[in-house]
Amino acid sequence: MRRLFGAIAVLLFGVVLSGVATGYVERIAPSELARRYLAEVPLDLGAANVVTGILITYRGFDTLGEVAVLFMVAATVGLLLGAETRGTSVASRPEPRPPSELVSNGAEIVLPVIFLFGVYVIANGHLSAGGGFQGGAVVASAVGLMVLARPSIGLDHGFLSVAESLAGVLYVTVGILGLVLAGGFLDSRFLPHGALGAFVSAGAIPLISALLGIKVGAELSVIIDRFRS
Amino acid sequence: MLSELFILVICAGILVSGILAVSLHGLMAAMISAGLASLFAAVSYVLLAAPDVAMAEAAIGAGLSTLVFLYAIRKTNAGKE
Repeated sequence: MRRLFGAIAVLLFGVVLSGVATGYVERIAPSELARRYLAEVPLDLGAANVVTGILITYRGFDTLGEVAVLFMVAATVGLLLGAETRGTSVASRPEPRPPSELVSNGAEIVLPVIFLFGVYVIANGHLSAGGGFQGGAVVASAVGLMVLARPSIGLDHGFLSVAESLAGVLYVTVGILGLVLAGGFLDSRFLPHGALGAFVSAGAIPLISALLGIKVGAELSVIIDRFRS
Repeated sequence: MLSELFILVICAGILVSGILAVSLHGLMAAMISAGLASLFAAVSYVLLAAPDVAMAEAAIGAGLSTLVFLYAIRKTNAGKE
């Protein structure tokens, strides 16, 4: 009986989605909206990477929402998993199983490169692919590899919380600065444009990107560490 | 032409690893397979000229969420079978 219901549900999904599949036409040229963004973002914001320009300035409020969701996830994980480990320090945990030689040796070579790549992605968000969110996730995945390679290492949750909260407060402050000095909340145009493609350019986008990267990286690292212990 | 063929192969990889993730009985193997689906998706995003999304997918979908799930499986009894 359950299988029958499952089959019917799959069939209904198929009927609904078949409209999408049969009606698909490959787009040869960008749409009206995309053309407008492609033309205006480099002139208006000074950002060579159009995607980051849209995400951080035009859709800055949505990005703030994403960050808020991530913060709530981190807070909930801390609430659920933090309570049982609060009493035990790193030293009194049971001895963790040592990692394989492959992981520990490989991590020593790869880790600095991944950290550097994460910082590069954050700092060059306005020039090349990436941005604060992606770079923060890359840094956090490097932290994940680090705790895999050295299980005895303990992350300083206090420091990470302070860094994350400070970045969050500064992010909103920059947003309000945009509201006062430029066109709206999280408007990056209150700093000078600079030359298109230069490292210091695109108004406040690199600043916002860096703050986002710190916040996302710290939050995801804390989530990983909570699950580990 | 060749690149279109490559995209199709990658998309088949998403499909196969997704089905494996659902049908495999070992939780560890299923989770690795789900991470593999994310990795194939990230490669397909690069091929379809969306490197920003690909980077987020590779770091979060293939890396972090797989890691969190593996830690969670280890904490339950299912990981000890």
